Amino acid sequence: MHASTVRSLLVRGMLAGLIAGLFAFAVAYVVGEPPVNGSIAVEEAQAAQEAPAAHAAHSGHGGDAAAEPAEEEGISRSAQSTFGLATGVLVYGVALGGIAALAFSFALGRVGRFSPRATAALTAAAAFTTVYLVPFLKYPATPPAVGNPDTIGKRTTLFFLMILLSVLLGVAAVIAGRRLAPRLGNWNATLAAGGGFIVVTAIAFAVLPDNTDAVAAGFPAALLWEFRVASLAVQAVMWAVFGIVFGALAQKALAARTAATDTKVQLGAPAAG
Amino acid sequence: MAEAVVSAAASTPSLAVPAPLPVRAVLPWAFFVGLLALIALYFVGAEQGATSVFAGTDVHEWVHDGRHLLGFPCH
Ligand SMILES: [Zn+2]
Repeated sequence: MHASTVRSLLVRGMLAGLIAGLFAFAVAYVVGEPPVNGSIAVEEAQAAQEAPAAHAAHSGHGGDAAAEPAEEEGISRSAQSTFGLATGVLVYGVALGGIAALAFSFALGRVGRFSPRATAALTAAAAFTTVYLVPFLKYPATPPAVGNPDTIGKRTTLFFLMILLSVLLGVAAVIAGRRLAPRLGNWNATLAAGGGFIVVTAIAFAVLPDNTDAVAAGFPAALLWEFRVASLAVQAVMWAVFGIVFGALAQKALAARTAATDTKVQLGAPAAG
Repeated sequence: MAEAVVSAAASTPSLAVPAPLPVRAVLPWAFFVGLLALIALYFVGAEQGATSVFAGTDVHEWVHDGRHLLGFPCH
């Protein structure tokens, strides 16, 4: 019975992730595409300017810089900004919806006296913070044209390492908070755990190497800001919608099961409780 | 006390504090679906950037805008 409960929560988590992905796609298309297109225009202007110099300097290098505009031609910008964007955002939503449903299954009834709906909201807030916000504060999203293709390996490793670290610290903070609760009370235990998370995260920020991918000197600051706010909006909408939709679905699914169990308890031997 | 809780739950399931799901019921799903989800996230977030499973740049180019806007390093 418990396994089927987990399965039904998982299906609902992925469904909620799909719905959240649709909302996030709408935001990404409306708010995110203008700065992406603006950045690509900057990139192409820079490439056109540097092309004659790059030819002489990078001729033995395989022509990384020269290949950049050409590689965009395999898939058109109109496909990238619609079906391509939708694919990326929806797969992300469904995959993280599934993972968040599993995190919810572990958290339910273990993080405090919270209903399924409240547990779902807390899970979504924790996922947004640890999977996106904290890594974003150390290694912010960069629009096309900012990155140096030679450093993609290092940047990818550091970014995924930051996500892993942030998630592990978040889990550790929740466990520590639950351990401290009997001694300090729920409120103070939550403050202590949250404060500990912030302090250790700040130490990690200081120790981990800076983004090697410095923003190009000529890149417009307003465009960079616009892009980063759009990225934040996409993720905030994704997790807000996920928390609300999954909370409603999980509450309903678990209520139906609890009602069935209660009926059995009522009909059978009186359960101790 | 117990009777009041049961009858309240039967009429309007309130689920004030649900019982935890046993860890061994969650773990198999966590391994199986967790792995599939991480593979899917890899293709959205990193394929044909730092590392490549498939040759070429088509996967990278297809999810390109999403990769940038979701916060992954791209190019
Ligand atoms: Zn890119």
